[in-house]
Amino acid sequence: MTIGELTGLIDGKIICCEEKRSELVEHAFASDLMSDVLTVEKENLVLITGLANLQVIRTAEMAEIGCIVFGRDKKVGADIIDLAKQNNMVLVESPHSVFHISGELYKAGLKSIY
Amino acid sequence: MQFSHKIAGGDFSRAGHAASSVKRVLRELNIDPIVSKHVVIGLYEAEVNVVAHAWSGTVDVDIDGTRVKITITDKGPGIEDIERAMEEGYSTASAEVREMGFGAGLGLSNMKKNSDSFVIESIPGEGTKVELVNYLGRHKVPSSIKNTLKAGRTATSYGSNKTGI
Ligand SMILES: Nc1ncnc2c1ncn2[C@@H]1O[C@H](COP(=O)(O)OP(=O)(O)OP(=O)(O)O)[C@@H](O)[C@H]1O
Ligand SMILES: [Mg+2]
Repeated sequence: MTIGELTGLIDGKIICCEEKRSELVEHAFASDLMSDVLTVEKENLVLITGLANLQVIRTAEMAEIGCIVFGRDKKVGADIIDLAKQNNMVLVESPHSVFHISGELYKAGLKSIY
Repeated sequence: MQFSHKIAGGDFSRAGHAASSVKRVLRELNIDPIVSKHVVIGLYEAEVNVVAHAWSGTVDVDIDGTRVKITITDKGPGIEDIERAMEEGYSTASAEVREMGFGAGLGLSNMKKNSDSFVIESIPGEGTKVELVNYLGRHKVPSSIKNTLKAGRTATSYGSNKTGI
């Protein structure tokens, strides 16, 4: 599915790199543990997380993850958006829980990795 | 090519700067993206460990035509039992560090998995040194994994060399 479709499914809002909304994603991984995220080898991956800090963006940069979904209306600060922009990352905010987001996206065909 | 970066312990807002700048350099040098990803993941984990567990540190990067060698040296509490620290899931991370998304106890094992050669040495009360080597032009060498565990005079260390050299 595209990032735009994904965003619609979770009542989300794209807050960074909106221009990439037609890019495709295939896999998703939900975690708040950054070293766990760094074990992931898949391309076109969406990270779903309840954590909103700079290290999430740094981790995604190293793991080459191009799209991050923040659950439960986490306050994503300007510093976070700036760093994501430098790295061409799409950031999506959703009011739903990580569990709800994962369920919707799994149902819609995003694949899990482990 | 050689260059260095400083790491400040406790400063999570800057954790990842060294890894990010090494990533840019590797891209400019046209290093294989797969090798580059392994290098920066290992370095990032080591950098975060200095921020999370030590007081201050230095990253020394040394790139030649055959390999990328990164040495992360810190002043800090050191590690009493390296074998234990290497175990997946073992972590002494503080509540504050856990709030930042770290403390899964996977960092050292990620460094080992992402490098062709991984050596860690530590002197309790003084600090820790991690050396990560990734060879260019060839990806990970899964076979002939050689692990050595030795106890030095004062320092203890752990090494894994996947090249069999
Ligand atoms: N540079 C260091 N100085 C002092 N202790 C360290 C250092 N690096 C690692 N350790 C010790 O080894 C343990 C395991 O490290 P490891 O990186 O595997 O996990 P972690 O940092 O606790 O969590 P994670 O890396 O998964 O976020 C740490 O909790 C800490 O006790
Ligand atoms: Mg760690």
